[in-house]
Amino acid sequence: MLEIGLGHYLTVAAILFTLGIFGIFLNRKNVIIILMSIELMLLAVNINLVAFSTHLQDLVGQIFAMFVLTVAAAEAAIGLAILVVYFRNRGSIEVEDINMMKG
Amino acid sequence: MILQGLAFYLFAAVTVAAGVMVITSRNPVHSVLFLILAFFNSAGLFVLMGAEFLAMILVVVYVGAVAVLFLFVVMMLDINFVQMREGFLQYLPLGAMIGLILLVELILIGGAWVISPEAETLAALPVVPAGEMHNTRALGAVLYTDYVYLFQAAGLILLVAMVGAIVLTLRQREGVRRQSIAEQNTRPRSEAVEVKQVPTGSGV
Repeated sequence: MLEIGLGHYLTVAAILFTLGIFGIFLNRKNVIIILMSIELMLLAVNINLVAFSTHLQDLVGQIFAMFVLTVAAAEAAIGLAILVVYFRNRGSIEVEDINMMKG
Repeated sequence: MILQGLAFYLFAAVTVAAGVMVITSRNPVHSVLFLILAFFNSAGLFVLMGAEFLAMILVVVYVGAVAVLFLFVVMMLDINFVQMREGFLQYLPLGAMIGLILLVELILIGGAWVISPEAETLAALPVVPAGEMHNTRALGAVLYTDYVYLFQAAGLILLVAMVGAIVLTLRQREGVRRQSIAEQNTRPRSEAVEVKQVPTGSGV
């Protein structure tokens, strides 16, 4: 029970990933929380990568986790910028209001 | 070993609990704070796995930059938080169903798979034992040599993200007076100075 192996870390990552998906469907009114859910999912992916890196004794997993982190930071910055512009134009951040390009 | 197990369960439990609070909390500010808690505890998990550098990067980049960015945006937008909660129960069944299906799928995958015995010998970059080289140095030795192109590409991605964020949020407001040096310098004398003949004994 107290012997921590690969499976334990994968379980935590799976739970976090599911929580991220759940959060996206649960918070349809608030884009900020959807962005946070995406961050949670990326965190789960990182935990997976590092867990496998440790288990297989291969450093590439950690390198990739670092790149995932970079892309996550860029994504957060762009996403929040779009959100700020959107709020400035529409005065709300609900997902259902995002339909200006529907035609 | 016992200490390591206890630490794992502590970090894992707090991470998952914080994740639950992120998506269910009423106030987005609380969500961000719980996100920070989740990041801190996953940094603890990373340390347990022996990835110290990534753990510190997680704290510096995520907690120091991304989460604070989230906090700024949450506080900058003037949102009615009560209205935000409407429809929470409406989406609960669908979200719960999809989350449950995903979790069952993940569990099925996790239960059915085995690691091939040769996998351990196929490591592209075997981890150096901690006694010889610590984690940061080992990562650096690989990142700046074998993965230098990817490293540069990551830098470019960050540059594009920075430029994009600035371009998106920059706006020219109407009615704001700005100094235009070129315009000032090209103004001819005829526009700038006017000679008036003032009659003696009266004002301008």
